[in-house]
Amino acid sequence: MTSPKDLLQKWIAERAGAERPWLEDQLATLAAPGATERELHLFLGFAPRRLGKADLALSPDELAEADAARPGWQPGDWSLDGAARVLGLLSYRGDRPFSETFKDLRRTSDAAEMIALYRGLPLYPEPESLHFEVGEGLRSNLKPVFEAIAHNNPYPRDHFDEHRWNHMILKALFIGAALGPITGLKDRANPELARILVQYARERWAAGRPVMEELWPLVGPFAETPEIRAQLDRARAEGRIIEEFVS
Amino acid sequence: MMLIDPHAHMISRTTDDYEAMAAAGVVALIEPAFWLGQPRTFVGTYVDYLSTIVGWERFRAGQFGIRHYCTIGLNSKEANNEELAEGVMEWLPRFALKEGVVAIGEIGYDEQTALEDKYFRLQLTLAKEIDLPVMVHTPHRDKKRGTSLSMDVCEEMGLDPSMVVIDHNNEETVGEVLDRGYWAGFSIYPSTKMGNARMVELLKQYGSERIIVDSACDWGISDCLGVAKTAQLALQSGVSEEVVRAVCYGNALAAYGQSGQMKESDWLSPPAIDQRTLYEGNSILRGGREPVIEEPGTQRRKGLTIE
Ligand SMILES: [Zn+2]
Repeated sequence: MTSPKDLLQKWIAERAGAERPWLEDQLATLAAPGATERELHLFLGFAPRRLGKADLALSPDELAEADAARPGWQPGDWSLDGAARVLGLLSYRGDRPFSETFKDLRRTSDAAEMIALYRGLPLYPEPESLHFEVGEGLRSNLKPVFEAIAHNNPYPRDHFDEHRWNHMILKALFIGAALGPITGLKDRANPELARILVQYARERWAAGRPVMEELWPLVGPFAETPEIRAQLDRARAEGRIIEEFVS
Repeated sequence: MMLIDPHAHMISRTTDDYEAMAAAGVVALIEPAFWLGQPRTFVGTYVDYLSTIVGWERFRAGQFGIRHYCTIGLNSKEANNEELAEGVMEWLPRFALKEGVVAIGEIGYDEQTALEDKYFRLQLTLAKEIDLPVMVHTPHRDKKRGTSLSMDVCEEMGLDPSMVVIDHNNEETVGEVLDRGYWAGFSIYPSTKMGNARMVELLKQYGSERIIVDSACDWGISDCLGVAKTAQLALQSGVSEEVVRAVCYGNALAAYGQSGQMKESDWLSPPAIDQRTLYEGNSILRGGREPVIEEPGTQRRKGLTIE
């Protein structure tokens, strides 16, 4: 089966036009023993300048190849430059552990670069070593950076513990990020999350603010848990119409 | 009239300033990497500063409808700390190619020391290697000599004057800068550098070719509306709209646009919300609204004239 790295290389080369020789030359440099981090930095900087920032615009067949190469990998919203940056990082063979190189890049990345770095999460070696880095991304002030981790990315589903998963969902609600694109949303529903969400809904009602309907499907499966049941009964008694969502 | 402030240290300004600038017509600005008011003593603090001006500050400006660009460099004062300077030089190649970086700058001379000279030259070499314009900070002391020296060194290093903006000019320096083919920046800075009434006189004398007006607003006594007030005073003093538009908008765009990182379409037709480029929140100029220059800033900024 084709690896994600080989797929990226094929897709980008096909879309690189006149820059294809430059791309192939750069990738060979990065993959060679003795490649320097300066070469990696300059490649990451030049990627959007040389290749442009268009959407990668993968076909349905290409998206199916992605999912076959790495289950859950959905690069449907990737850009050409972002994909090239991930490919550059996968091609580079440094002496340091991958997580150290990643950390170093993340600390100095601009927004588009950071989004690309985080979208690549499902493809990197030693995924468990990136927990701190992912935490930093989730704490970002920039919503698109948060969404690069949370949306269309199987990494949270595959690697987050329950606490981090639940707080990612809660933060998505707080910053207005959609829940729908979160990979594994229903599979990872859990009673603790349902409890947090009902509590969150109560706080919103108390403040006179609307509650996103998207959260109720995550509560529904646990509606008979006593604590949640009690909260829902109170909401019903207060005239909050939630039956249709929770059922 | 749309305005560009091509020299503004917004990291030390408030959101009130962003609002006032947007209300006065500023659609884009450039934040040059510079001294923070006291020297940095660790490379790491310099690195985080560079991250902030290419990152968060860019986003913050967007929230007020202003496109934010920056320049990357090691400033002349801190070039005198050799350990720090060596460290920063290692980081510059990776910052200089970030999105929205329109030049290497602001670099040049302060005390005109040997170390300042060394790092100025190294940074000019980097600018040439990656094909970026340069923003040169000319010294406050012994300015005329420092300005000539800056241009001599640029030429020695093989830079094309059309890729170099010599900033913080005054009546004494402007003639030579223009004669030698460089862009000439003027920082409208109350009482010290250049007042806007003096600037208007210069526009009457020199016209608009290759002249660029900026505010250089920072953590000191300075005015983030320096460009707007100069534009307004110039128009009221009979300078043509064409000249005002060139020196307060068009020339900065032409000079720094050579980076390929700054285009009029960035603010005239910003892309729809795009997760990769963070234009979210940039709503002030959508829908064809033409910013008006007559709109006053805050109550603190009543006067037109700065000096
Ligand atoms: Zn400055």
